[in-house]
Amino acid sequence: MLDIQTQLFESADLHLGPVDHEKDPEIESKWTHDSDFMRLMEINPARPLSAAMVKKQYEKLEKQIEEEKNLFHFMIRAKEADRLIGKAAIYWIEWTNSNGWIRLGIGAVEDRRKGFGTQAMQMLLRFAFAELNLFRVSAMAPEYNDGAIALLRKFGFTQEVSRRSALERDGRRWDLYVFGLLNEEWRSGSRSQEER
Amino acid sequence: MRDLFRGQLVRLTLEKSEVRARAELRWQRDTEFHRLADSGPALLNSERKIKEWFEKQAEKGVDPEKYSFSVRTLEEDQYIGFLGLWVDLIHREAWVGIGIGEREFWSRGYGTDMMKLCQQYVFAELGMERLSLGLHEYNARAFRSYKKCGFRLEGRTRQEVLREGKRTDVLWMGILREEWLQIQNGDGK
Amino acid sequence: MNDIFRGNLVRLSAFDPEEMSKTFARWHRNSEFQRLLNASARGLLSPKAELKWMEEEVGEISLGSYFFSIRTLEDDKLIGQINLDVVSWPGGDAFVGLGIGETEYWSKGYGTDAMNVLLRFAFIEVNLKRVTLTVFEYNPRAIRSYEKAGFRHEGRKRLLLNREGRRWDELYMGILREEWLALNPE
Repeated sequence: MLDIQTQLFESADLHLGPVDHEKDPEIESKWTHDSDFMRLMEINPARPLSAAMVKKQYEKLEKQIEEEKNLFHFMIRAKEADRLIGKAAIYWIEWTNSNGWIRLGIGAVEDRRKGFGTQAMQMLLRFAFAELNLFRVSAMAPEYNDGAIALLRKFGFTQEVSRRSALERDGRRWDLYVFGLLNEEWRSGSRSQEER
Repeated sequence: MRDLFRGQLVRLTLEKSEVRARAELRWQRDTEFHRLADSGPALLNSERKIKEWFEKQAEKGVDPEKYSFSVRTLEEDQYIGFLGLWVDLIHREAWVGIGIGEREFWSRGYGTDMMKLCQQYVFAELGMERLSLGLHEYNARAFRSYKKCGFRLEGRTRQEVLREGKRTDVLWMGILREEWLQIQNGDGK
Repeated sequence: MNDIFRGNLVRLSAFDPEEMSKTFARWHRNSEFQRLLNASARGLLSPKAELKWMEEEVGEISLGSYFFSIRTLEDDKLIGQINLDVVSWPGGDAFVGLGIGETEYWSKGYGTDAMNVLLRFAFIEVNLKRVTLTVFEYNPRAIRSYEKAGFRHEGRKRLLLNREGRRWDELYMGILREEWLALNPE
Protein backbone atom coordinates (compact mmCIF):
# COMPACT_ATOMS: atom_id res chain seq x y z
CA MET A 1 0.00 0.00 0.00
CA LEU A 2 1.33 3.53 -0.71
CA ASP A 3 2.88 5.01 2.40
CA ILE A 4 1.40 8.47 2.57
CA GLN A 5 1.92 8.84 6.28
CA THR A 6 5.70 9.25 6.44
CA GLN A 7 6.15 13.00 6.23
CA LEU A 8 8.07 14.29 3.20
CA PHE A 9 8.92 17.57 4.87
CA GLU A 10 9.79 16.48 8.41
CA SER A 11 12.67 14.65 9.98
CA ALA A 12 13.70 14.03 13.60
CA ASP A 13 14.96 17.56 14.22
CA LEU A 14 14.11 19.54 11.11
CA HIS A 15 11.38 20.54 8.78
CA LEU A 16 11.45 21.87 5.23
CA GLY A 17 9.31 24.88 4.47
CA PRO A 18 8.78 27.88 2.20
CA VAL A 19 10.53 31.20 2.47
CA ASP A 20 9.44 33.58 5.23
CA HIS A 21 9.80 36.93 3.46
CA GLU A 22 9.77 38.86 6.72
CA LYS A 23 12.10 36.88 8.99
CA ASP A 24 14.44 34.94 6.72
CA PRO A 25 16.25 37.76 4.86
CA GLU A 26 17.96 38.98 8.03
CA ILE A 27 19.28 35.52 8.86
CA GLU A 28 20.36 34.68 5.35
CA SER A 29 22.05 38.08 5.12
CA LYS A 30 24.17 37.05 8.09
CA TRP A 31 25.22 33.84 6.33
CA THR A 32 26.42 35.87 3.37
CA HIS A 33 28.80 37.70 5.69
CA ASP A 34 30.49 34.39 6.50
CA SER A 35 33.01 33.94 3.73
CA ASP A 36 33.72 30.33 4.73
CA PHE A 37 30.09 29.37 4.21
CA MET A 38 29.80 31.30 0.95
CA ARG A 39 32.95 29.72 -0.48
CA LEU A 40 31.59 26.26 0.27
CA MET A 41 28.13 27.05 -1.03
CA GLU A 42 28.79 29.23 -4.08
CA ILE A 43 31.00 29.16 -7.13
CA ASN A 44 30.64 32.90 -7.57
CA PRO A 45 32.77 35.21 -5.39
CA ALA A 46 31.62 35.48 -1.79
CA ARG A 47 30.06 38.87 -1.09
CA PRO A 48 27.94 40.16 1.77
CA LEU A 49 24.33 40.98 0.96
CA SER A 50 21.97 43.22 2.88
CA ALA A 51 18.63 41.83 4.06
CA ALA A 52 16.93 43.95 1.38
CA MET A 53 18.98 42.28 -1.33
CA VAL A 54 18.19 38.82 0.02
CA LYS A 55 14.50 39.70 0.07
CA LYS A 56 14.75 40.74 -3.57
CA GLN A 57 16.38 37.40 -4.37
CA TYR A 58 13.48 35.58 -2.75
CA GLU A 59 11.03 37.47 -4.94
CA LYS A 60 12.97 36.55 -8.06
CA LEU A 61 13.13 32.96 -6.89
CA GLU A 62 9.39 32.65 -6.38
CA LYS A 63 8.78 34.21 -9.77
CA GLN A 64 11.14 31.71 -11.34
CA ILE A 65 9.45 28.81 -9.58
CA GLU A 66 6.11 29.90 -10.92
CA GLU A 67 7.20 30.71 -14.48
CA GLU A 68 9.74 28.07 -15.30
CA LYS A 69 8.29 25.19 -13.30
CA ASN A 70 11.67 23.47 -13.09
CA LEU A 71 12.70 24.42 -9.58
CA PHE A 72 11.77 23.47 -5.99
CA HIS A 73 13.21 25.48 -3.16
CA PHE A 74 13.12 24.68 0.57
CA MET A 75 14.11 26.55 3.67
CA ILE A 76 15.40 24.24 6.38
CA ARG A 77 14.32 25.00 9.92
CA ALA A 78 15.19 23.33 13.20
CA LYS A 79 11.99 22.25 14.95
CA GLU A 80 13.34 23.70 18.19
CA ALA A 81 12.30 27.38 18.08
CA ASP A 82 11.45 27.04 14.39
CA ARG A 83 14.90 28.38 13.64
CA LEU A 84 16.15 28.86 10.08
CA ILE A 85 19.33 26.86 9.67
CA GLY A 86 19.77 26.31 5.95
CA LYS A 87 18.30 25.99 2.48
CA ALA A 88 18.04 23.39 -0.25
CA ALA A 89 16.81 23.14 -3.80
CA ILE A 90 16.11 20.81 -6.68
CA TYR A 91 16.76 22.84 -9.80
CA TRP A 92 17.32 22.78 -13.58
CA ILE A 93 14.77 19.96 -13.74
CA GLU A 94 14.31 18.51 -17.21
CA TRP A 95 10.95 16.76 -17.13
CA THR A 96 11.24 14.81 -20.37
CA ASN A 97 14.53 13.36 -19.18
CA SER A 98 13.45 13.11 -15.53
CA ASN A 99 16.62 14.62 -14.17
CA GLY A 100 17.63 17.54 -12.02
CA TRP A 101 20.31 19.07 -9.82
CA ILE A 102 20.33 19.36 -6.05
CA ARG A 103 22.03 21.74 -3.67
CA LEU A 104 21.98 22.06 0.08
CA GLY A 105 23.64 24.33 2.62
CA ILE A 106 23.57 24.69 6.40
CA GLY A 107 24.26 28.36 7.06
CA ALA A 108 25.69 28.75 10.54
CA VAL A 109 28.85 26.95 11.53
CA GLU A 110 27.34 26.04 14.93
CA ASP A 111 24.65 24.06 13.12
CA ARG A 112 27.03 21.83 11.24
CA ARG A 113 28.29 18.47 12.46
CA LYS A 114 24.95 17.79 14.13
CA GLY A 115 23.54 15.44 11.54
CA PHE A 116 21.33 18.18 10.11
CA GLY A 117 22.90 17.87 6.67
CA THR A 118 22.14 14.17 6.61
CA GLN A 119 18.52 14.70 7.65
CA ALA A 120 18.04 17.46 5.08
CA MET A 121 19.64 15.44 2.30
CA GLN A 122 17.43 12.48 3.19
CA MET A 123 14.27 14.58 2.78
CA LEU A 124 15.55 16.27 -0.35
CA LEU A 125 16.37 13.01 -2.11
CA ARG A 126 13.12 11.39 -1.08
CA PHE A 127 11.23 14.31 -2.58
CA ALA A 128 13.27 14.14 -5.78
CA PHE A 129 12.98 10.39 -6.25
CA ALA A 130 9.74 9.34 -4.58
CA GLU A 131 7.63 12.40 -5.30
CA LEU A 132 9.08 14.01 -8.44
CA ASN A 133 10.01 10.60 -9.83
CA LEU A 134 13.30 11.81 -11.15
CA PHE A 135 15.46 9.14 -12.77
CA ARG A 136 18.68 10.76 -11.56
CA VAL A 137 19.99 13.81 -9.77
CA SER A 138 23.30 15.59 -10.12
CA ALA A 139 25.25 17.75 -7.68
CA MET A 140 28.31 19.98 -7.97
CA ALA A 141 31.04 20.32 -5.37
CA PRO A 142 34.44 21.96 -5.51
CA GLU A 143 37.35 19.64 -4.70
CA TYR A 144 38.08 21.55 -1.46
CA ASN A 145 34.59 20.99 -0.04
CA ASP A 146 35.30 17.83 1.97
CA GLY A 147 32.04 18.10 3.89
CA ALA A 148 29.84 18.17 0.81
CA ILE A 149 31.80 15.40 -0.87
CA ALA A 150 31.53 13.19 2.22
CA LEU A 151 27.78 13.81 2.48
CA LEU A 152 27.23 13.01 -1.20
CA ARG A 153 29.25 9.82 -1.01
CA LYS A 154 27.37 8.80 2.12
CA PHE A 155 24.16 8.86 0.11
CA GLY A 156 25.66 6.81 -2.67
CA PHE A 157 26.51 9.54 -5.18
CA THR A 158 29.23 8.64 -7.69
CA GLN A 159 31.77 11.22 -8.78
CA GLU A 160 31.24 11.29 -12.54
CA VAL A 161 33.01 14.36 -13.86
CA SER A 162 36.02 16.45 -12.89
CA ARG A 163 36.08 19.87 -14.49
CA ARG A 164 39.78 20.51 -14.21
CA SER A 165 40.92 23.83 -12.72
CA ALA A 166 37.45 25.27 -13.15
CA LEU A 167 37.64 27.39 -9.99
CA GLU A 168 40.17 29.74 -8.54
CA ARG A 169 40.42 30.63 -4.87
CA ASP A 170 43.28 31.63 -2.60
CA GLY A 171 45.59 31.98 -5.53
CA ARG A 172 45.29 28.43 -6.82
CA ARG A 173 43.05 26.54 -9.15
CA TRP A 174 40.66 23.81 -8.02
CA ASP A 175 38.72 21.12 -9.81
CA LEU A 176 34.94 21.16 -9.79
CA TYR A 177 33.32 17.76 -9.42
CA VAL A 178 29.95 16.62 -10.71
CA PHE A 179 28.29 13.79 -8.80
CA GLY A 180 25.32 11.67 -9.88
CA LEU A 181 22.82 9.39 -8.17
CA LEU A 182 20.25 7.24 -9.93
CA ASN A 183 16.80 6.60 -8.53
CA GLU A 184 17.42 2.85 -8.42
CA GLU A 185 20.69 3.38 -6.54
CA TRP A 186 18.91 5.56 -4.00
CA ARG A 187 16.09 3.09 -3.69
CA SER A 188 18.36 0.13 -2.93
CA GLY A 189 20.45 2.30 -0.64
CA SER A 190 17.51 3.60 1.36
CA ARG A 191 15.95 0.20 1.58
CA SER A 192 19.09 -1.15 3.16
CA GLN A 193 19.12 1.87 5.50
CA GLU A 194 15.59 1.06 6.66
CA GLU A 195 16.49 -2.57 7.18
CA ARG A 196 19.25 -1.60 9.56
CA MET B 1 40.11 28.80 4.75
CA ARG B 2 40.82 32.41 5.57
CA ASP B 3 37.97 34.68 6.64
CA LEU B 4 37.81 37.08 3.75
CA PHE B 5 35.69 39.62 5.54
CA ARG B 6 37.64 39.95 8.77
CA GLY B 7 40.94 41.78 9.24
CA GLN B 8 42.90 42.75 12.35
CA LEU B 9 40.97 45.92 13.15
CA VAL B 10 37.94 45.92 10.87
CA ARG B 11 35.45 43.68 9.17
CA LEU B 12 33.61 44.04 5.87
CA THR B 13 29.82 43.96 5.81
CA LEU B 14 26.99 45.44 3.82
CA GLU B 15 24.79 47.71 5.88
CA LYS B 16 21.13 48.52 5.28
CA SER B 17 20.43 51.54 3.14
CA GLU B 18 19.06 53.54 6.12
CA VAL B 19 22.22 52.94 8.12
CA ARG B 20 24.46 53.91 5.22
CA ALA B 21 22.43 56.99 4.44
CA ARG B 22 22.51 58.23 8.02
CA ALA B 23 26.29 57.92 8.14
CA GLU B 24 26.82 59.46 4.70
CA LEU B 25 24.67 62.39 5.72
CA ARG B 26 27.18 63.23 8.46
CA TRP B 27 30.32 62.42 6.51
CA GLN B 28 29.38 64.59 3.55
CA ARG B 29 29.53 67.66 5.79
CA ASP B 30 33.18 67.05 6.59
CA THR B 31 34.97 69.06 3.92
CA GLU B 32 38.37 67.58 4.66
CA PHE B 33 36.98 64.06 4.32
CA HIS B 34 35.24 64.96 1.10
CA ARG B 35 38.29 66.55 -0.47
CA LEU B 36 40.45 63.57 0.38
CA ALA B 37 37.91 61.06 -0.86
CA ASP B 38 36.46 62.73 -3.89
CA SER B 39 37.31 64.86 -6.90
CA GLY B 40 33.82 66.11 -7.58
CA PRO B 41 32.50 69.28 -5.95
CA ALA B 42 31.22 69.00 -2.39
CA LEU B 43 27.48 68.42 -2.34
CA LEU B 44 24.90 68.24 0.39
CA ASN B 45 22.27 65.62 -0.29
CA SER B 46 19.23 64.91 1.85
CA GLU B 47 19.14 61.71 3.84
CA ARG B 48 16.19 60.58 1.79
CA LYS B 49 17.98 61.12 -1.49
CA ILE B 50 21.05 59.25 -0.27
CA LYS B 51 18.89 56.41 1.00
CA GLU B 52 17.10 56.19 -2.35
CA TRP B 53 20.40 56.02 -4.14
CA PHE B 54 21.53 53.10 -1.97
CA GLU B 55 18.18 51.38 -2.40
CA LYS B 56 18.45 51.68 -6.16
CA GLN B 57 21.83 50.00 -5.97
CA ALA B 58 20.39 47.17 -3.88
CA GLU B 59 17.55 46.77 -6.40
CA LYS B 60 20.03 46.15 -9.19
CA GLY B 61 21.18 43.08 -7.35
CA VAL B 62 24.50 41.37 -7.64
CA ASP B 63 26.83 42.83 -10.27
CA PRO B 64 30.06 40.98 -11.00
CA GLU B 65 31.67 44.29 -11.99
CA LYS B 66 30.92 46.29 -8.84
CA TYR B 67 31.36 45.52 -5.16
CA SER B 68 30.28 47.70 -2.29
CA PHE B 69 31.33 47.03 1.30
CA SER B 70 30.65 48.79 4.57
CA VAL B 71 33.43 48.79 7.14
CA ARG B 72 32.91 48.18 10.85
CA THR B 73 35.52 48.12 13.61
CA LEU B 74 36.02 44.76 15.27
CA GLU B 75 36.31 46.16 18.78
CA GLU B 76 33.47 48.67 19.04
CA ASP B 77 31.49 47.35 16.04
CA GLN B 78 31.33 50.94 14.84
CA TYR B 79 30.49 51.75 11.23
CA ILE B 80 33.42 53.89 10.13
CA GLY B 81 33.68 53.85 6.35
CA PHE B 82 33.31 52.15 3.00
CA LEU B 83 35.19 50.20 0.36
CA GLY B 84 34.18 50.11 -3.29
CA LEU B 85 35.54 47.93 -6.07
CA TRP B 86 35.15 48.24 -9.83
CA VAL B 87 36.19 45.13 -11.69
CA ASP B 88 37.32 44.68 -15.26
CA LEU B 89 36.69 40.98 -15.77
CA ILE B 90 38.37 40.74 -19.15
CA HIS B 91 41.64 42.32 -18.11
CA ARG B 92 41.41 41.02 -14.55
CA GLU B 93 42.04 44.41 -13.05
CA ALA B 94 40.19 45.94 -10.14
CA TRP B 95 39.96 49.57 -9.00
CA VAL B 96 39.44 50.39 -5.35
CA GLY B 97 38.13 53.42 -3.52
CA ILE B 98 38.11 53.52 0.28
CA GLY B 99 37.13 56.14 2.80
CA ILE B 100 36.93 56.47 6.55
CA GLY B 101 34.19 58.93 7.42
CA GLU B 102 34.81 58.84 11.18
CA ARG B 103 37.80 61.12 11.76
CA GLU B 104 38.87 59.62 15.06
CA PHE B 105 39.84 56.51 13.12
CA TRP B 106 42.33 58.28 10.85
CA SER B 107 46.04 57.57 11.23
CA ARG B 108 45.48 54.55 13.44
CA GLY B 109 46.03 51.77 10.94
CA TYR B 110 42.38 51.27 10.08
CA GLY B 111 42.80 52.34 6.47
CA THR B 112 45.80 50.07 6.01
CA ASP B 113 43.86 47.16 7.49
CA MET B 114 40.95 47.88 5.12
CA MET B 115 43.26 48.00 2.14
CA LYS B 116 44.97 44.73 3.09
CA LEU B 117 41.57 43.05 3.32
CA CYS B 118 40.74 44.51 -0.06
CA GLN B 119 43.92 43.14 -1.62
CA GLN B 120 43.24 39.71 -0.18
CA TYR B 121 39.68 39.76 -1.51
CA VAL B 122 40.69 40.90 -4.95
CA PHE B 123 43.53 38.39 -5.37
CA ALA B 124 42.24 35.40 -3.36
CA GLU B 125 38.54 35.52 -4.22
CA LEU B 126 38.08 37.53 -7.39
CA GLY B 127 41.12 36.08 -9.14
CA MET B 128 42.33 39.50 -10.27
CA GLU B 129 45.81 40.16 -11.58
CA ARG B 130 46.14 43.79 -10.59
CA LEU B 131 44.65 46.27 -8.23
CA SER B 132 44.73 49.99 -9.03
CA LEU B 133 43.81 53.20 -7.31
CA GLY B 134 44.07 56.95 -7.66
CA LEU B 135 44.56 59.55 -4.98
CA HIS B 136 45.18 63.24 -4.64
CA GLU B 137 48.79 64.31 -4.30
CA TYR B 138 47.84 66.21 -1.15
CA ASN B 139 46.58 63.02 0.53
CA ALA B 140 49.89 62.17 2.17
CA ARG B 141 48.31 59.97 4.83
CA ALA B 142 46.72 57.68 2.24
CA PHE B 143 49.87 57.59 0.15
CA ARG B 144 51.88 56.35 3.14
CA SER B 145 49.25 53.74 3.94
CA TYR B 146 49.09 52.43 0.38
CA LYS B 147 52.86 52.20 0.14
CA LYS B 148 52.83 50.15 3.32
CA CYS B 149 50.45 47.76 1.59
CA GLY B 150 52.78 47.30 -1.34
CA PHE B 151 51.25 49.64 -3.91
CA ARG B 152 53.75 51.25 -6.27
CA LEU B 153 53.47 54.75 -7.66
CA GLU B 154 53.00 54.29 -11.38
CA GLY B 155 52.35 57.80 -12.57
CA ARG B 156 50.54 61.05 -12.13
CA THR B 157 48.17 63.19 -14.10
CA ARG B 158 49.62 66.62 -13.72
CA GLN B 159 47.50 69.44 -12.35
CA GLU B 160 44.30 67.51 -12.86
CA VAL B 161 42.43 68.88 -9.85
CA LEU B 162 41.63 72.51 -9.14
CA ARG B 163 40.67 73.39 -5.58
CA GLU B 164 41.00 76.52 -3.49
CA GLY B 165 42.52 78.18 -6.52
CA LYS B 166 45.41 75.69 -6.67
CA ARG B 167 46.09 72.91 -9.12
CA THR B 168 47.30 69.55 -7.81
CA ASP B 169 48.21 66.23 -9.36
CA VAL B 170 46.36 62.94 -9.14
CA LEU B 171 48.64 59.99 -8.39
CA TRP B 172 48.09 56.54 -9.81
CA MET B 173 49.22 53.45 -7.93
CA GLY B 174 49.01 49.74 -8.55
CA ILE B 175 49.96 46.36 -7.18
CA LEU B 176 50.34 43.18 -9.20
CA ARG B 177 49.22 39.75 -8.13
CA GLU B 178 52.81 38.39 -8.03
CA GLU B 179 53.87 41.31 -5.86
CA TRP B 180 51.04 40.66 -3.43
CA LEU B 181 51.86 36.93 -3.31
CA GLN B 182 55.47 37.76 -2.59
CA ILE B 183 54.47 39.96 0.33
CA GLN B 184 52.23 37.18 1.63
CA ASN B 185 54.98 34.59 1.46
CA GLY B 186 57.60 36.94 2.79
CA ASP B 187 55.59 37.94 5.83
CA GLY B 188 54.30 34.42 6.33
CA LYS B 189 50.88 35.98 7.05
CA MET C 1 46.87 39.48 -35.82
CA ASN C 2 44.36 40.54 -38.37
CA ASP C 3 40.84 39.23 -38.12
CA ILE C 4 40.46 37.08 -35.04
CA PHE C 5 36.99 36.03 -36.14
CA ARG C 6 38.24 34.47 -39.36
CA GLY C 7 39.12 30.79 -39.63
CA ASN C 8 40.09 28.66 -42.61
CA LEU C 9 36.60 27.65 -43.71
CA VAL C 10 34.31 29.90 -41.73
CA ARG C 11 34.08 33.23 -40.04
CA LEU C 12 32.14 34.17 -36.96
CA SER C 13 29.81 37.08 -37.40
CA ALA C 14 27.18 38.91 -35.42
CA PHE C 15 24.19 36.99 -34.19
CA ASP C 16 21.19 38.86 -35.48
CA PRO C 17 18.05 37.56 -33.75
CA GLU C 18 15.81 38.56 -36.69
CA GLU C 19 17.83 36.57 -39.18
CA MET C 20 18.64 33.72 -36.81
CA SER C 21 15.08 33.19 -35.65
CA LYS C 22 13.90 32.50 -39.19
CA THR C 23 16.86 30.24 -39.89
CA PHE C 24 16.60 28.39 -36.60
CA ALA C 25 12.90 27.78 -37.08
CA ARG C 26 13.85 25.98 -40.29
CA TRP C 27 16.82 24.08 -38.82
CA HIS C 28 14.77 22.95 -35.88
CA ARG C 29 12.38 21.15 -38.21
CA ASN C 30 15.18 18.65 -38.65
CA SER C 31 14.63 16.50 -35.59
CA GLU C 32 18.12 15.02 -35.88
CA PHE C 33 19.55 18.51 -35.45
CA GLN C 34 17.23 19.17 -32.53
CA ARG C 35 18.17 15.98 -30.73
CA LEU C 36 21.89 16.50 -31.21
CA LEU C 37 21.72 20.04 -29.91
CA ASN C 38 19.06 20.08 -27.20
CA ALA C 39 18.69 17.99 -24.09
CA SER C 40 15.07 18.94 -23.57
CA ALA C 41 12.28 18.22 -25.97
CA ARG C 42 11.54 21.32 -27.91
CA GLY C 43 8.71 20.89 -30.37
CA LEU C 44 8.41 23.23 -33.32
CA LEU C 45 8.38 26.96 -32.86
CA SER C 46 7.39 29.57 -35.39
CA PRO C 47 10.02 32.16 -36.35
CA LYS C 48 8.12 34.63 -34.17
CA ALA C 49 8.33 32.35 -31.13
CA GLU C 50 12.02 31.66 -31.81
CA LEU C 51 12.60 35.40 -32.04
CA LYS C 52 10.99 35.98 -28.65
CA TRP C 53 13.18 33.32 -27.09
CA MET C 54 16.29 34.70 -28.76
CA GLU C 55 15.62 38.26 -27.76
CA GLU C 56 15.40 37.15 -24.16
CA GLU C 57 18.54 35.05 -24.31
CA VAL C 58 20.67 36.99 -26.75
CA GLY C 59 18.99 40.34 -27.12
CA GLU C 60 20.71 42.40 -24.49
CA ILE C 61 24.45 42.48 -24.63
CA SER C 62 25.38 40.86 -21.39
CA LEU C 63 28.78 40.46 -19.90
CA GLY C 64 30.26 37.02 -20.37
CA SER C 65 27.67 35.88 -22.87
CA TYR C 66 28.82 35.87 -26.50
CA PHE C 67 26.69 34.71 -29.42
CA PHE C 68 27.95 34.35 -32.97
CA SER C 69 26.58 33.16 -36.27
CA ILE C 70 28.82 30.99 -38.45
CA ARG C 71 29.20 31.86 -42.12
CA THR C 72 31.27 30.09 -44.79
CA LEU C 73 34.20 32.05 -46.15
CA GLU C 74 33.51 30.74 -49.65
CA ASP C 75 29.99 32.02 -50.20
CA ASP C 76 29.13 33.75 -46.93
CA LYS C 77 26.41 31.22 -46.25
CA LEU C 78 24.88 31.13 -42.77
CA ILE C 79 25.40 27.56 -41.60
CA GLY C 80 25.25 27.58 -37.82
CA GLN C 81 25.72 29.30 -34.52
CA ILE C 82 28.26 29.16 -31.74
CA ASN C 83 28.16 30.76 -28.31
CA LEU C 84 30.26 31.18 -25.22
CA ASP C 85 28.87 31.59 -21.71
CA VAL C 86 31.17 32.45 -18.82
CA VAL C 87 30.20 30.58 -15.66
CA SER C 88 33.02 31.61 -13.36
CA TRP C 89 35.10 34.75 -13.80
CA PRO C 90 37.73 34.01 -11.17
CA GLY C 91 38.02 30.48 -12.57
CA GLY C 92 37.97 31.80 -16.11
CA ASP C 93 35.63 28.99 -17.16
CA ALA C 94 33.03 29.20 -19.92
CA PHE C 95 30.66 26.79 -21.65
CA VAL C 96 30.64 26.65 -25.43
CA GLY C 97 27.66 25.58 -27.51
CA LEU C 98 27.89 24.81 -31.22
CA GLY C 99 25.28 23.85 -33.77
CA ILE C 100 25.66 23.48 -37.53
CA GLY C 101 22.15 23.71 -38.95
CA GLU C 102 22.97 23.14 -42.63
CA THR C 103 23.49 19.39 -42.69
CA GLU C 104 25.51 19.32 -45.91
CA TYR C 105 28.26 20.99 -43.90
CA TRP C 106 28.51 18.17 -41.38
CA SER C 107 31.67 16.02 -41.28
CA LYS C 108 33.62 18.43 -43.47
CA GLY C 109 35.62 20.30 -40.85
CA TYR C 110 33.37 23.33 -40.62
CA GLY C 111 32.40 22.68 -37.03
CA THR C 112 35.97 22.11 -35.95
CA ASP C 113 37.04 25.30 -37.70
CA ALA C 114 34.30 27.33 -36.02
CA MET C 115 35.30 25.88 -32.66
CA ASN C 116 38.94 26.81 -33.23
CA VAL C 117 38.01 30.40 -33.98
CA LEU C 118 35.82 30.52 -30.88
CA LEU C 119 38.56 29.08 -28.69
CA ARG C 120 40.98 31.68 -29.95
CA PHE C 121 38.47 34.38 -29.04
CA ALA C 122 37.95 32.81 -25.62
CA PHE C 123 41.63 32.53 -24.77
CA ILE C 124 43.21 35.58 -26.33
CA GLU C 125 40.40 38.10 -26.21
CA VAL C 126 38.32 37.20 -23.19
CA ASN C 127 41.43 35.86 -21.42
CA LEU C 128 39.66 32.77 -20.16
CA LYS C 129 41.47 29.88 -18.52
CA ARG C 130 39.34 26.99 -19.72
CA VAL C 131 36.42 26.14 -21.94
CA THR C 132 33.90 23.43 -21.14
CA LEU C 133 31.31 21.67 -23.23
CA THR C 134 28.78 18.90 -22.90
CA VAL C 135 27.91 16.51 -25.73
CA PHE C 136 25.58 13.55 -25.92
CA GLU C 137 27.05 10.06 -26.24
CA TYR C 138 24.99 9.44 -29.37
CA ASN C 139 26.77 12.28 -31.18
CA PRO C 140 30.11 10.66 -32.16
CA ARG C 141 30.69 13.13 -35.00
CA ALA C 142 30.75 16.06 -32.57
CA ILE C 143 32.84 14.17 -30.03
CA ARG C 144 35.51 13.50 -32.68
CA SER C 145 35.43 17.12 -33.79
CA TYR C 146 35.92 18.36 -30.23
CA GLU C 147 38.77 15.90 -29.64
CA LYS C 148 40.41 17.29 -32.75
CA ALA C 149 40.07 20.80 -31.40
CA GLY C 150 41.93 19.69 -28.28
CA PHE C 151 39.16 19.04 -25.77
CA ARG C 152 39.83 16.29 -23.23
CA HIS C 153 37.27 13.97 -21.72
CA GLU C 154 36.44 14.86 -18.15
CA GLY C 155 33.68 12.39 -17.34
CA ARG C 156 30.05 11.73 -18.06
CA LYS C 157 26.68 12.10 -16.38
CA ARG C 158 25.32 8.60 -16.54
CA LEU C 159 22.00 7.95 -18.24
CA LEU C 160 21.07 11.62 -18.29
CA LEU C 161 18.86 11.65 -21.37
CA ASN C 162 15.79 9.64 -22.16
CA ARG C 163 15.15 9.23 -25.88
CA GLU C 164 13.66 6.51 -28.00
CA GLY C 165 13.00 4.35 -25.00
CA ARG C 166 16.51 4.18 -23.63
CA ARG C 167 18.84 6.34 -21.64
CA TRP C 168 22.04 8.02 -22.80
CA ASP C 169 25.06 9.57 -21.10
CA GLU C 170 26.07 13.20 -21.38
CA LEU C 171 29.83 13.68 -21.77
CA TYR C 172 31.80 16.58 -20.32
CA MET C 173 34.87 17.78 -22.15
CA GLY C 174 37.25 20.60 -21.30
CA ILE C 175 40.27 22.36 -22.69
CA LEU C 176 42.66 24.40 -20.58
CA ARG C 177 44.34 27.53 -21.81
CA GLU C 178 47.77 25.91 -21.52
CA GLU C 179 46.61 23.01 -23.63
CA TRP C 180 45.16 25.25 -26.31
CA LEU C 181 48.32 27.37 -26.42
CA ALA C 182 50.43 24.25 -26.86
CA LEU C 183 48.30 23.23 -29.83
CA ASN C 184 48.23 26.74 -31.31
CA PRO C 185 51.65 28.25 -30.77
CA GLU C 186 51.06 31.29 -32.96
